[in-house]
Amino acid sequence: MSDVPKRGNSQVFGANEVPSEYETEETTEEYKGLSNRIVDVMLSDRMALFGSVVVVLFIVTAVFAPVISPYGQEQTFTSMQSPNSYSTGDFDDDGARERIWHPLGTDSFGHDILTRVIFGARVSLMVALATVAVAFTLGTAIGLLAGFYGGWVDSVLMRYVDFQWAFPEIILGAAIIAFAGGLGVVNVVLAIGIAYIDDFARLIRGEVLSIREEEYITAARAIGMQNRRIMTREILPNAVAPLIVQSTLMIPLAILAEAGLSFLGLGVKPTTPTWGLLLSEGRQFISQGWWISIMPGLAIMVTVLAFNMLGDGLRDAFDISEQEVNE
Amino acid sequence: MKRYVAKRVLHSLFIMWLVATTIFVGLRVLPGGPVQTMLGIEGNEAAVQALRNELGLNQPLYVQYLEWMGGLLTGDMGTSITSSEEVSVLVQQAAPRTFSIAIVGVTSGLLVAIPSGIISATRRREPVDYVATVASFLGISMPAFFIGIVLALIFGVWFNILPVFGYTPLSEGFVPWLKSIFLPGIAVGLPYAAIVMRMMRSSLLEEMNQQYMRTAKAKGVGGKVRLYKHAIQNAFIPVVTVAGIQLALVLVGSVTVEIVFGIQGLGRLLVNSILDRNYPVTQAVILIVAGVMVFTNLVVDLTYTVLDPRIRYGGDSA
Repeated sequence: MSDVPKRGNSQVFGANEVPSEYETEETTEEYKGLSNRIVDVMLSDRMALFGSVVVVLFIVTAVFAPVISPYGQEQTFTSMQSPNSYSTGDFDDDGARERIWHPLGTDSFGHDILTRVIFGARVSLMVALATVAVAFTLGTAIGLLAGFYGGWVDSVLMRYVDFQWAFPEIILGAAIIAFAGGLGVVNVVLAIGIAYIDDFARLIRGEVLSIREEEYITAARAIGMQNRRIMTREILPNAVAPLIVQSTLMIPLAILAEAGLSFLGLGVKPTTPTWGLLLSEGRQFISQGWWISIMPGLAIMVTVLAFNMLGDGLRDAFDISEQEVNE
Repeated sequence: MKRYVAKRVLHSLFIMWLVATTIFVGLRVLPGGPVQTMLGIEGNEAAVQALRNELGLNQPLYVQYLEWMGGLLTGDMGTSITSSEEVSVLVQQAAPRTFSIAIVGVTSGLLVAIPSGIISATRRREPVDYVATVASFLGISMPAFFIGIVLALIFGVWFNILPVFGYTPLSEGFVPWLKSIFLPGIAVGLPYAAIVMRMMRSSLLEEMNQQYMRTAKAKGVGGKVRLYKHAIQNAFIPVVTVAGIQLALVLVGSVTVEIVFGIQGLGRLLVNSILDRNYPVTQAVILIVAGVMVFTNLVVDLTYTVLDPRIRYGGDSA
C-alpha cells in the first residue's frame, strides 16, 4: 500500500509522472448540458432571474386569465374609481349591496382595470407568440435557402431585406391592414410577423454561411446526403441557439408593435381589451384619471422589460455576441 | 469613393422604384380590390365602375403604371376621396409636424446617448454605469406613446409647464415651435437614446480591449488621446449603424406620439385615411415614410465613408 507513490510526491517519479514544478495546470471546463448552462446563468444573473420569473408569471396570467381575474372583463362598477378604492352597490342583481375592491381603479365605463389588464395579457401573449412564429418560420426558411445556395437566391433575399427596411413595422402593418381591408387579430399577426422576417432571415443566413464550411457538412456530402437533409438535419440544429435568443428578443418587440397598432386603432377589434387599446382609451381622461392609461402602460413596460432581461441572459448563456443577434 | 457613392445612390433609387411599384401592384392585385372595400356593402356594380373610372383603374395596366410613376415624379399623388383636396397638399401640411418631432427626438436622443454611453463604458462597474444600464433597460421597454402620456401627465397636467396639445409652426417663432414639440420629441427620443447608448457602451468597451489600445499605451500616448482619437472613433462605426437602423423607431414613435399630443401629422393622416378607406392618402403617406427611410439609409451608408477609411480608399480600387 505505502509503496504506491502519491501524486505530488516529488521524490518518486513514476513512468507517467512529471515533477510538480513542471506540471502545467490544465483546466478543461467541465462540459455542461444546455439546460444546465441555462439554469446556471439564470441563477447567477439576477436580472435574468427576475426576467424569467416575470415571464412565467405573465404566461400563467395570460393562460388562466378567467380564473385569476377578480371580475368579468365586461362587468361594470362605479366609473372613474381611483386605485385602491371600493365601489359599493348592487352589481350582481341579487338585491344586496356589495363592496368591491379595485386595486388599480376603474375606467370611464366602470370596468375594473386590473381585470382588463389581466385579459389584455392574453391578447399580447397570443399575438406575440403567433407573430414570432410567423417570422421565425418564414425568415428561417428564406435565410436557410439563401445562405445554402448563395447566388441569385441570395441576391434576391438581400434585395428583399433592403426593401423591407423601407417599411417600419407599424407602417407595414398599417399598409397590410389598409390593403387587406379590415382590423383583426390575423391581420395584426401577419403584419407584424412579416415585418420581422428579415431579422430571422439575416441571422440564419449568416449562421449558414459559416456552418456550410464546416467539415461535418463536407462529410455529409461525401456520404451522399441530399441538400434538403443537410439543411434540416445538419445545419439547422447547429444554428438553433441564436434562433432561440433572437426569438426571445423579438417577443418584446412584437408586444410593443401590437400595442402600437392597437394604440393607433389599427389593431384588434375595439372592444377587445388589449394593453395598447386600454392605454389609448385612457388618454382622453388623462386629467381626470391618470391611472386608466398608466396602469396598462406599466403592464407593457414590466413585461417587455422582463423579456429583454431574459433574452440578454439567454444570450450570455449561449455565448452569442451582441452584434450577431440584433434587437 | 465616387463610385461607392454612385452605387449607393442608384441602389436607393432602385429600392424607391420597388416600393412605388409594390404599392401600385398592391392596390390592384388584392382580391376584391380597394374600390369594393372603399364603397362598402352598399357599393353596387355601377358605383364600383364609376369609382374605378374616376381613379383611372379601367385603363390598361401599363397606362396606369406610367401615370402613377409620372405623377410621383411630378409630386402629383391624386386627390383625397373624402375631402377632394390634393393629396400632396395634405401631406405637405402634415409631414413637417411629424418630422419636427422626429428631429427633436433624434437630436435629444443622441445628445443623451453618446455621452452617457462613453461615461458608462469608461467607468465600468461604477454606480454611474449601473444607473445608466438600468435606465437604458427601462428606456427600451417603454413604447414612445406611453412615455408621451407620462410626460404629458407630469409636465402638462400636474405641473402645467409645457403645452400638451396642438402644434405651433416654426414660422411663428422658434421657441413656441420647440415648446409645442418638446415633450413629444423627448418621448420619441428616450427609447432611441436607450438603444444607441447600449450600443455605444458595448462597442467602446470592445474597442478599449483591443490590442492597438495596449500598443498606444505602450507608446506613451496619453489617456485622453487614446480614448478620443483611437477608441471612440472606431467605436462609432457600429453606433452609426444602430443609430441609422433605429431611425425607424423614431419615425414610428413620432407617428404614435403625435396622436397623444393631438398634433395633426402623418400618423393622424394615415390612421384616418385607413379608417375612411381613403386609398390615395394612405398610399401617399406610406410612400413618404418609405422614402424617408430609404433616404436615411443612404445617409448612413455615406457616413461610413467618412468614418471608415477602408471604404473611402478601398472603393476606388475595387
